[in-house]
Amino acid sequence: MRNNQVLLITGTSRGIGKFLAEKYCEKGINVVGFSRSNATINSDYYTHVVGDILDEGSIKNCFGLIKQKFGQLDVLINNAGVASMNHTLLTPYKTLENIFKTNFYGSFIFSREAAKLMRKKNFGRIINFSTVAVPLNLEGEAVYASSKSAIETLTKIMAKELAPFGITVNCIGPSPIMTDLIKVVPKDKIDELINKQAVKRFAQPDDVYHVINFFIDEKSSLITGQTIYLAGIFK
Amino acid sequence: MTVEKDKIFDLIVETIKAFCIENDISIDLSEGRKTRLFGGGGPLDSISLVSLIVQIEETIENKTGKAIIIADEKAMSRKTSPFASVGLLTDYVLELLTEDEK
Repeated sequence: MRNNQVLLITGTSRGIGKFLAEKYCEKGINVVGFSRSNATINSDYYTHVVGDILDEGSIKNCFGLIKQKFGQLDVLINNAGVASMNHTLLTPYKTLENIFKTNFYGSFIFSREAAKLMRKKNFGRIINFSTVAVPLNLEGEAVYASSKSAIETLTKIMAKELAPFGITVNCIGPSPIMTDLIKVVPKDKIDELINKQAVKRFAQPDDVYHVINFFIDEKSSLITGQTIYLAGIFK
Repeated sequence: MTVEKDKIFDLIVETIKAFCIENDISIDLSEGRKTRLFGGGGPLDSISLVSLIVQIEETIENKTGKAIIIADEKAMSRKTSPFASVGLLTDYVLELLTEDEK
């Protein structure tokens, strides 16, 4: 990625989003971060937008700021997401709504608005986040995994629709990483999951960074509509 | 209302002209409102139409301060497509812009 490029990451207040934002800032790339809370990153290359992923208006404001400040967008990383573990019979409507709105609607609206900007340069890279819970069809994750499954389908169809504009759309499915997102998951469940992996270890944020670097490379113009799962998990 | 309609028509025509230059597409606008855009021998294919609509939405928002979504369910389900000609598109955009005022 070149230094004059602009990268937008959602969910940068903590976890993987924060890690990625800091990594790209260190490389001298302009990073715009979007989250509900105030900035937790201090860098000359970092611009923070406080907004709610559930509010289309607040997403549009974010893109208004990007247009005004940079006039371009090269990479979007749809990192923001929520997880919830529960049995289908015990899952309230509110949980269903919140997970789908944050994970799927959020990724869709951000991608749509990003593509409008990217098409002007006939170049763009959109990265979505799935999970290994999709290929593993994990019990207790019906709603979360389904929302991510929808994101995988979105990735494939958007890849086709946006290819004429020089935009690639890809997806990463991380295996468990010790972040806030999974700290509520019981240890025995996590151990069980790790045992299903070909490579039986926790993923590190650097593993995610590595895959994203591959996807956003200018030379990856033929890589689109793909989902890469970490740790040797297959569909 | 007529002035408003003319203004929207002019904005759409300006956007089409800029779009044609940027994308190396030729649209003969000499027929004014009757200029065909999409379908029935119109000059745009579906991808070009998508690009043009996005560009018109952006122009309308920049010039009027109102964000509209042109390709909504209403537009798609009409017997006469609002994307068939410049005149029909102008009328549809005007309808969307005045919707909130009703």
